[in-house]
Amino acid sequence: MSDLMKVSSNPHVRSKTDTSNIMLTVVIALLPAAGFGIYNFGLDALILILVTVASTVLTEFIFEKICKRKVTIGDYSAVVTGLLLAMNLPVSAPWWIGVVGGVFAILVVKMLFGGLGQNFMNPALGGRCFLLISFTSIMTNFDCDAYAGATPLANLKSGEAVDILDMVIGRTAGTIGETSMIAIVIGACILILMGVIDLRIPGSYIVGFVIFISIFGGHGFDWAYISAHLAGGGLMLGAFFMATDYVTRPITKNGQYLFGILLGILTGIFRIFGPSSEGVSYAIIIGNLLVPLIEKITLPTAFGKGGVRK
Amino acid sequence: MNSAKERLVNGIVKENPTFVLMLGMCPTLAVTTSAVNGLGMGLTTMAVLALSNVFISLLRNIIPDKVRIPAFIVIIASFVTVVELLLQGYIPFLYDSLGLYIPLIVVNCIILGRAEAYAYKNPVLPSLFDGIGMGLGFSVALTCIGAVRELLGAGEIFGIHVMPESFVPVSIFIMAPGAFFVLAILTAIQNKVKINGEKKGKDMSKIQSGCGNDCMNCSDTGCAHRLYDEKAGSTSGGQMKEGEKNG
Repeated sequence: MSDLMKVSSNPHVRSKTDTSNIMLTVVIALLPAAGFGIYNFGLDALILILVTVASTVLTEFIFEKICKRKVTIGDYSAVVTGLLLAMNLPVSAPWWIGVVGGVFAILVVKMLFGGLGQNFMNPALGGRCFLLISFTSIMTNFDCDAYAGATPLANLKSGEAVDILDMVIGRTAGTIGETSMIAIVIGACILILMGVIDLRIPGSYIVGFVIFISIFGGHGFDWAYISAHLAGGGLMLGAFFMATDYVTRPITKNGQYLFGILLGILTGIFRIFGPSSEGVSYAIIIGNLLVPLIEKITLPTAFGKGGVRK
Repeated sequence: MNSAKERLVNGIVKENPTFVLMLGMCPTLAVTTSAVNGLGMGLTTMAVLALSNVFISLLRNIIPDKVRIPAFIVIIASFVTVVELLLQGYIPFLYDSLGLYIPLIVVNCIILGRAEAYAYKNPVLPSLFDGIGMGLGFSVALTCIGAVRELLGAGEIFGIHVMPESFVPVSIFIMAPGAFFVLAILTAIQNKVKINGEKKGKDMSKIQSGCGNDCMNCSDTGCAHRLYDEKAGSTSGGQMKEGEKNG
């Protein structure tokens, strides 16, 4: 009886993918955009990014120590939150803006609701909107050493001409991480190739947005106008990095398409009919709040259910 | 006058309408943008509450049971109208800043709740002190919330600048979301005090709180249940559910 079969319970084959792997991939994918931000706006941008990331990680660590919970900073989700938040700040913001936003994002939006996986909206965007409402003048001041004046989107809204090539490369005023479409798309390709995200949400977001501004933008299907809208502001960053957040997106496939289209329409409404020239953050936050409803109406029929009972 | 003192303490501490009973949330959240507004709203409500409690207590043997709610509303609305005109005449700045929320005192569930739960069943004098106690509790709570929001959102308390020059006001605190943040934090602190007291073995059963814990079973074990229990046991509390629905 020495050659008994060794029986273990499943799963027998485990994937190496875990939260920290995925989050680390997201961090790497964000580096091109962050790097371009630092190159574009100078050393101040680097300092702001470091301060914000440090504040999110420290907040999570201290909160979990005080509450005697398992310390989860090793999953890098706080790093992602800090990095995304910093990339949504203008470079002229003082360092304490990053700290206040980071503490709010982690403490209020994430930890108080139960930590990673329980937060009802994207922590980085929650933090950004908190800052945007609280410190409007600081958060919308895009004057810095490199650029003076308004963002391309604000120019577009007031009817001035914009240089689309500059916007695609990223040589414009704006928040640290949003200006360069190329850098963001490089990061997005990394995410898609690594299988971290798929194109459902970003694709339907962009398509929905393009259709909306073609109809309501007042320029018809004017390719220059549409590409300026796509390259300007936080749309690319939001579509690829924030709307696809695992925790706050719908789980169902149809729900993800619906979610993306909804975000596109909301962004269009905010950009075209709203007082501000930008609206990606609010669109995604409102979308996040609607996720439970979206999941409810797109629940797939279980195998064996449905059909007509005779 | 023991019962008077007991009623006052009950209103301010034990059954504080805002932090413990969680009643009258609309004015609590809407008008506490500054300490002055909070205090003004609290005192206005207290005046209406005390007067309506007295009158409902006086009329409690005349008002038929079946139409008591309309009767209460008529009494309360009369006093609200009086107070509204007085405010408009003598404190116009408060009248302007409270705006629509003065007529809305009519449907404040604290007032209807106290009328239903206390004044309708008790003699005049205790009802008067119940109204004053509840009103003071409401005023204290609203002033606290208003002071915190004003301090963070504008750097001032009662209009006096207290924060250092370098402080940048966090203006979200004087907007609607700030009201929720501050109310939640103050209630959480109060719950924390209560839980710590229990751990040290003190008898904290007299200091109740809005939601101790166990939200899932709130309707069974939480405040609702407690209020119904009290209805059977003592004179306070009771039938608060009906007031809540109307508020």
